[in-house]
Amino acid sequence: MIAAMLRAMGTTLRHLFRRPFTVQYPEEKIPVAPRFKGRHFLVVDDDGLERCVGCELCAVACPADCIYIEPAENTPEERRSPGERYARVYEIHMFRCIFCGYCEEACPEDAIFLGKEYEFSCYTREDGFIYGKDRLNLNVREAARQRPEVLDRLKEESGVYHL
Amino acid sequence: MTQSEPMPPEAPLTPAEEAAVEQEVRQGVLFTTVDKMVNWARRSSLWPATFGLACCAIEMMAMSASRFDIARFGAEVFRASPRQADLMIVSGRVAKKMGPVLKRIYDQMPEPKWVIAMGACASCGGVFNNYSVLQGVDRIVPVDVYVPGCPPRPEQLIHGIMLLQEKIKRDSPTRRGLFRIPGLQRLFGPRPSTAQAGAAQAGPAPTGTRA
Repeated sequence: MIAAMLRAMGTTLRHLFRRPFTVQYPEEKIPVAPRFKGRHFLVVDDDGLERCVGCELCAVACPADCIYIEPAENTPEERRSPGERYARVYEIHMFRCIFCGYCEEACPEDAIFLGKEYEFSCYTREDGFIYGKDRLNLNVREAARQRPEVLDRLKEESGVYHL
Repeated sequence: MTQSEPMPPEAPLTPAEEAAVEQEVRQGVLFTTVDKMVNWARRSSLWPATFGLACCAIEMMAMSASRFDIARFGAEVFRASPRQADLMIVSGRVAKKMGPVLKRIYDQMPEPKWVIAMGACASCGGVFNNYSVLQGVDRIVPVDVYVPGCPPRPEQLIHGIMLLQEKIKRDSPTRRGLFRIPGLQRLFGPRPSTAQAGAAQAGPAPTGTRA
């Protein structure tokens, strides 16, 4: 029994001299895991075209039904995406979303990605927890800082978007 | 002011002495308002109620453990009784049967009290958009900060607590008539015309939570 007690005290002693391992959060942030899923973004390519073609596959795949899309036709005068259609309205209900990443997996155009940001708490429902395209759209170069995978499509297809 | 010698009243201060006095005042005297003082005390000791509902509670515990350590924010004392708690972190999905329990715990907490809706389920129901789950805890209690995520990282919840501290900082407890001493109310409270309206609005339970 004495031996067991000494062993336990030994553990205590060992821990007494370890360095504190508290993360000083607001000043010091842990780098998130490579597969961490945070706030979404919609990729806008360098030519100003959105990758999203409004196919609504992400909305169908979403288990929480938090994505709302209103597609509209591209016209030759006003081209918003390389496909036939684009998402006139693209909204994500950020409270409802469970950050599972199914939208990203479902997307055939590699348009939506889950980034690395996670600080988006808010005070009221009116603060805008529904994220529209104004907050979701992100240039491909800036997006690549969070998710290097957004560049894969450029490499694979060398600028040709459609199959 | 222990170090400085008492001066004869008519003698003017030399610049060196003036500097010394200024130094003393800067180090030893604090001017503030009751509001700022009360807000400082409140936001620096946000004691949450021990109230974990689902998987978000695991992250809540992680937040209070030594790695993230909300003792740095003065909020580490999870009280087992709602009577001693200031903050209710609704961490998880609230079934409709759980709703009355949650409401009772909220009602048992003394003023001032704040609520954080943690995670998708507490904020709006999350994936559980069905007959049995409350679609957002703000249907039964006033929520101050919504923290989205499923579950949110401990950092995210700390961010929510920091937002709440900012909110408390902006609050004005004296204007809300939280001091029930009549003289104090007359001294620090709003002007008579607005005082009546404010008192009528605050009612029997003035709160820091409802904006």
